[in-house]
Amino acid sequence: MENMIEISGLHFSYPSDDGKEAAEVLKGIDLTIKEGEFVAVLGHNGSGKSTLAKHINAILLPTEGKVIVDGIDTADEKRLFELRQCAGMVFQNPDNQIVSSVVEEDVAFALENLGVPYDEMRRRVDDSLKAVNMYDYRLHSPSQLSGGQKQRIAIAGIIAMQPKCIILDEPTAMLDPQGRREVMATIKKMNREQGITIVLITHYMDEAAQCDRIVVMDKGTVALDDTPRNVFSHVEEVMRIGLDVPQVTELAWELRKAGFDIPQDIITEEECVAAIKKLMATA
Amino acid sequence: MLRDITIGQYFPGNSLIHRLDPRFKIVITLIYILMLFTGSNIICLAVGGVYTIAALLLSRIPFKMFWKSVKPLLPFLLLTAVLNVLLVDSGDVYFKWKFIKITAGGVNISVFMIIRIVLLIMGSSLLTYTTSPITLTDAIERLLSPLKLLRFPVHELAMMMSIALRFVPTLIEETDKIMSAQKARGAEIDTGSFVTRAKNMISILVPLFISSFRRADELATAMECRCYNGGEGRTRLRQLKASARDFIALAVTLLFYAGALTVGLLFK
Repeated sequence: MENMIEISGLHFSYPSDDGKEAAEVLKGIDLTIKEGEFVAVLGHNGSGKSTLAKHINAILLPTEGKVIVDGIDTADEKRLFELRQCAGMVFQNPDNQIVSSVVEEDVAFALENLGVPYDEMRRRVDDSLKAVNMYDYRLHSPSQLSGGQKQRIAIAGIIAMQPKCIILDEPTAMLDPQGRREVMATIKKMNREQGITIVLITHYMDEAAQCDRIVVMDKGTVALDDTPRNVFSHVEEVMRIGLDVPQVTELAWELRKAGFDIPQDIITEEECVAAIKKLMATA
Repeated sequence: MLRDITIGQYFPGNSLIHRLDPRFKIVITLIYILMLFTGSNIICLAVGGVYTIAALLLSRIPFKMFWKSVKPLLPFLLLTAVLNVLLVDSGDVYFKWKFIKITAGGVNISVFMIIRIVLLIMGSSLLTYTTSPITLTDAIERLLSPLKLLRFPVHELAMMMSIALRFVPTLIEETDKIMSAQKARGAEIDTGSFVTRAKNMISILVPLFISSFRRADELATAMECRCYNGGEGRTRLRQLKASARDFIALAVTLLFYAGALTVGLLFK
């Protein structure tokens, strides 16, 4: 598979106003994400995960190093719109990324900007709304919708651009459990059915456990980069970085510590239930 | 409580007037205003009145809504009417007592002016009642687009207006939250003298402003992510297509205007 995102030797510091040496937020990141991958980026506050995300579609440019997305160098200003069309971004607060007072017009916003002709725009807007299951709400005002619905509209607005890659910066942080489920289901569907590469920045461990791969950020560097199963089996390491593991993983880990024979790589509830049942049957 | 506020004064509906092209509606309203102001006597206004009543009936919006838009201006209207009656001195004298003198000219002018202004308000309310603010913005952008040649930032203005409209409900909700939060900390918002209450509003306005700036910043980033690049080369999802009924409405309006002018000339 082709490489979708190639990050090499990425350093970044925010410019400081008072002439003092700015603190370096990203300290040498090398990361390659392949086409069609579903990657979660974990890390606690200030680990640089949002800053990293903003480099992927050139909202921020590297102080040092290179970011290449689908063969486009993010520092290449001439290809900026091409890049942003290829790598869409969804933010945390759904209210602050919806531009129009009518749902379908908001979904069309990017297409209007790109000058897509009317007939094609109409079709792409309808398709995107159907893809996120919000077609029936196309003439509503965003203020009438729930947080999860608004976030799905924001996602529809991005997929209307037909991007190859979507970066989501804590898209579920402001939502209730129902909204989180809706948004996660939508993201997974985009990845599975349309083969869109997903970079999901989150601090929910159960969301990260649903991805193909987890990148754990710590103090501006990549601390761990592996499958969810392998990452979460390093329970102590993950906790040292200041993150949690999914509840079931922690339960299994505590049981192991207490001397029970239970596998270390449990990340879903079903696996945990099966393992405990097996344990009780043998006991 | 704040959530019940409706912006603009749009009454959703599907009447003939609602379905007219918003650009035509604006132009027609302008012609209508012209008709009322060039009409030189009461008979011209009668023509305007027939036109207004027909339009109001076609919109199927309850008449009391139009009355509501006139009501706040009533004291002002009455005051000017009274002044006109007392100060204009022409024609037959109806009544005279010491320095007070009521003449036919004064009464005529008063009645004429009241009818003209009431019609004006009702007619222009019809525009905002039957057109949603966002459609109105859109129509204004298109009508003003020739000004782009003079480097007037038409698109930017329309974009600002529509974003402002989009954020009204969001900010109302936010104000509601901030008010509750400040009340929970013991802020007294609804009590005290006018000055105290005004001072207490600061505790609501400051957080509101700060959060608006943050929202603006995030919105700008989100718009850039969706390739926003100003008005050049943009296409639109909302298509405005003038149909036969728009031209008919315009023709009818012009006919009434011509009628009012002719009547005005005939009955000098």
